[in-house]
Amino acid sequence: MSKHLISSADLSRAEVEDILETAASMHDLQRREVKKVPTLRGRTIINFFFEDSTRTRSSFEIAGKWMSADTINLSAKGSSTSKGESLRDTAMTVDAMAVDALVIRHNASGACHQVAQWVRCSVINAGDGTHEHPTQALLDAYTLRTRLGDLDGKHIVIVGDLTHSRVFRSNVITLKTLGARVTVVAPPTLMPSGIGAWSAADGFSTSWDLDAVLGGDDPVDAVMMLRVQRERMSGGYFPTAREYTVGYGLTRDRLDRLVARNADVLVLHPGPMNRGLEIAPEAADAPQSVVLDQVSAGVAVRMAVLYHLLAGDDAPATTATTEGVVR
Amino acid sequence: MTCPDLSEPATSSSTPADARDVMTEGDISRALRRIGHEILERNKGSEGLVLLGIPSRGVPLARRLAACIEDVEGAEIPVGELDITLHRDDLRRHPVRTAHRSRIPAAGIDDKVVVLVDDVLYSGRTIRAALDALSELGRPRAVRLAVLVDRGHRELPIRADHVGKNLPTSRDERVHVRVAELDGIDVVRISGGEGR
Repeated sequence: MSKHLISSADLSRAEVEDILETAASMHDLQRREVKKVPTLRGRTIINFFFEDSTRTRSSFEIAGKWMSADTINLSAKGSSTSKGESLRDTAMTVDAMAVDALVIRHNASGACHQVAQWVRCSVINAGDGTHEHPTQALLDAYTLRTRLGDLDGKHIVIVGDLTHSRVFRSNVITLKTLGARVTVVAPPTLMPSGIGAWSAADGFSTSWDLDAVLGGDDPVDAVMMLRVQRERMSGGYFPTAREYTVGYGLTRDRLDRLVARNADVLVLHPGPMNRGLEIAPEAADAPQSVVLDQVSAGVAVRMAVLYHLLAGDDAPATTATTEGVVR
Repeated sequence: MTCPDLSEPATSSSTPADARDVMTEGDISRALRRIGHEILERNKGSEGLVLLGIPSRGVPLARRLAACIEDVEGAEIPVGELDITLHRDDLRRHPVRTAHRSRIPAAGIDDKVVVLVDDVLYSGRTIRAALDALSELGRPRAVRLAVLVDRGHRELPIRADHVGKNLPTSRDERVHVRVAELDGIDVVRISGGEGR
């Protein structure tokens, strides 16, 4: 595995499967009385969040702590960034403290890629602008695999604001890496331009009509609802919230029709949910909903990612490795 | 930066041409039966016994040992597997290994007599990691160690309670344990070293 995790496309199928396998053993740890292993003792991980976050940040922090790494949280507010320090200077300052990994969330797409060019430590993308969020895609894949088994040929539908969604971008890549078929649904105004070029690839299709996809000939194994990002909704993408719900929300009625066709269909949402907007409360709390499984998988998957990036001899600052017979 | 392929463990599935057999299928099965009896004798019966195999080849060996004991006692012996990857002390010296799930019998290990089962005892570092992993899962009444082959060269103060065969080796030799469940054949071979 490479030193950084910037994009879901950095991971081969074998690497994704290794991470998910490791995540399963980490998940067992979560149910134990003593939730701690010594694996990353002596490693330091900095969570640098330039954007607000509850679950990603806390799960990265817990993941590091349960593996005995020292984790430190920084946010833009309250750090030198608020005094006008540039991203490059901030990153290099932190790197100079000999940390092992920098987990970054930033509102600019490509920020993590850029930081990775400047620092020696590992860089993990915890969401950059509207680009990618690879650990979210891994935890979604983990949740799906726990319920559906092998994802080869499974049909996953992703619905919502695709234009601004890093979750969607990473998910499409990871799901396709694992052999799933993905249909993405969005109103025309929130369909990314150029997505037509993606559709060429097999197992990937796009639609403007949610009901046609959910009721179509191709049975649906899981529906992933994306959050309507109110903070990015100033562009007049749809007339009213009500109209969005009617066209693209997972309403009670749509859920009932889905369940009638496949009682084991799964409902995912990366959170935080806008109940009553993109997902009805009945759908969010339905037995088919695995929203809390996703949160619980988040810690296990992030432990696995930290483990695969930091535990081995490819880790940073070990340029002078001692070669020789070890076993 | 990409990392090299995962290095094969000492018990790789290809055997060099200079390998010679040191235990046959019959030897292995007799050794396991004897160890089964020793465990029972030491424990004064099968009360509270739990066998935990250390992956990969310790796991089928633990299952067979349990079957041997069940043959004698008639009672069912809980068998599990203990993955020690997260507790290894050489993680930083190798490319990352995938961690696997441990499977611990439902009744747990608290106040049980846990017998760790592995194929080869060498430096003792695997067992040290296993003891650490075990302490996170509970508090057994006692922990014992059964191995098919003890090849010496300990680097830690660890010894086995039950040994299938003591095999004096030099450090540049390699011991290959094959089990039918994983490799299709039961055999222990030695290769390398100053051809004897």
